[in-house]
Amino acid sequence: MSNVPDNLRYAASHEWLLLDADGIITVGITDHAQEALGDLVFIELPDVGGHYAADKEIAVVESVKAAADVYAPIAGIVTEVNQAAADAPETVNQDAYAAWLFKMKPDNVADINKMLDATAYRGLADVA
Amino acid sequence: MLRKTVLNAAHRALGARMVDFGGWDMPVNYGSQIEEHHAVRNDCGMFDVSHMCPVDLAGPDCRPFLSRLVANDVAKLTVPGKALYSAMLNDAGGVIDDLIIYFLTDTRFRIVINAGTADKDLAWMHAKAAEWKMDVTITQRREGENSLAIIAVQGPNARARVWDVLPQTKTAIADLKPFFAAESGQYFIASTGYTGEDGYEIMLPAAEAESLWNRLKDAGVAPCGLGARDTLRLEAGMNLYGQDMDETVSPLDAGLAWTVAMKDERDFVGKPALTAAGQQKAFLGLILLDKGVLRGHQQVITKHGNGEITSGSFSPTLQQSIALARLPLGVQIGDEVEVDIRGKALKAKVTKPVFARNGKAVI
Repeated sequence: MSNVPDNLRYAASHEWLLLDADGIITVGITDHAQEALGDLVFIELPDVGGHYAADKEIAVVESVKAAADVYAPIAGIVTEVNQAAADAPETVNQDAYAAWLFKMKPDNVADINKMLDATAYRGLADVA
Repeated sequence: MLRKTVLNAAHRALGARMVDFGGWDMPVNYGSQIEEHHAVRNDCGMFDVSHMCPVDLAGPDCRPFLSRLVANDVAKLTVPGKALYSAMLNDAGGVIDDLIIYFLTDTRFRIVINAGTADKDLAWMHAKAAEWKMDVTITQRREGENSLAIIAVQGPNARARVWDVLPQTKTAIADLKPFFAAESGQYFIASTGYTGEDGYEIMLPAAEAESLWNRLKDAGVAPCGLGARDTLRLEAGMNLYGQDMDETVSPLDAGLAWTVAMKDERDFVGKPALTAAGQQKAFLGLILLDKGVLRGHQQVITKHGNGEITSGSFSPTLQQSIALARLPLGVQIGDEVEVDIRGKALKAKVTKPVFARNGKAVI
């Protein structure tokens, strides 16, 4: 049973989001996603400053088994990437909520309200 | 409806991640796939490969039948127990399947064929036996009353662990050289495998499999899924049917020329096509020099033209991405080439198609 913290928002494509007080969102992949992929060995992060539309491919995570796209959960500009996670992809397996991938300044912060809450994501991850 | 091996419940009890593997519900990993990989390279791991299909041949025409059926030459099998790896070809010289033939007596051979190709293989064998009027009976042993399970125990400590768990078989199997098999009671134990390590493949009555699996586990043998099996065979430079070759690919273009006995008068299915076409492609290894992961079907750009990766992954032994690739003739070991990964041209080095065996990198 994978871990789905109550304080985060989720995308159906298995990203998590956390909104900071300064209006920046932090994004990673969920525990369910890392478990499904297995041992991660490579992460390709976006360029800082790049603008991405919602649901656009923004990063790639690759396990021994497979490559998976990570999608921008909402539209915005990348403000920071977690190079430490790219340098040690296994940290995402160890704690998917600590090893975030990138931060974005949303075009419209209210977009986060369109994302799934923990209860809704739990329902989806169970059947996924 | 997915098919299940007799060990399905045992895998689930261990918390395996199960996947649809060619219509079979199989474990891809139990925990970390990379740890399972290292367990086999450094100690001992086991795989349920009961989805593969043992086929028993019996009758006076076993040898003449096999001599025409497969591309390697069963005349090489002179010592009882000896095993032979071969491709079985169609008339166009494409690979219907790759298989291992075990020679028991002149009237008794066992073949192990791949899971996903078993039905078409058996149909082909029956058709050829009838067409050539061979006195040979062909009996699959995967389903039904006398069905067998297969557990592969692999790694530098595999032999010792199997002797501990099956002491009654030790006399028969202790001195097996690589690529031999021995029968001991209800067990058929072969020193073959798909990992590049020493070890045994144990065939036994399906009803006994769960007990043996659990005893091996209690003896410290790590359960390993098909994920680790794939990275181990890739490091060892062993082909995977359906990825590295299939019915449209000549064994000469899949690095299997060493298994095709062309040089004598013997006729076999596909030989005229192979003789006419010759080798069209080089089958070589790649090591990615940039960061990323090589995968099947990625384009390889060389100065001799484009080629294609047939199998690629991350090598836990080398800590780099590796691949097998079908490349234009003229590409040489040591050449630098580019691989198109999501639109980026990443640098890779051409190597011989074997990366790690017996616990060590060989590249």
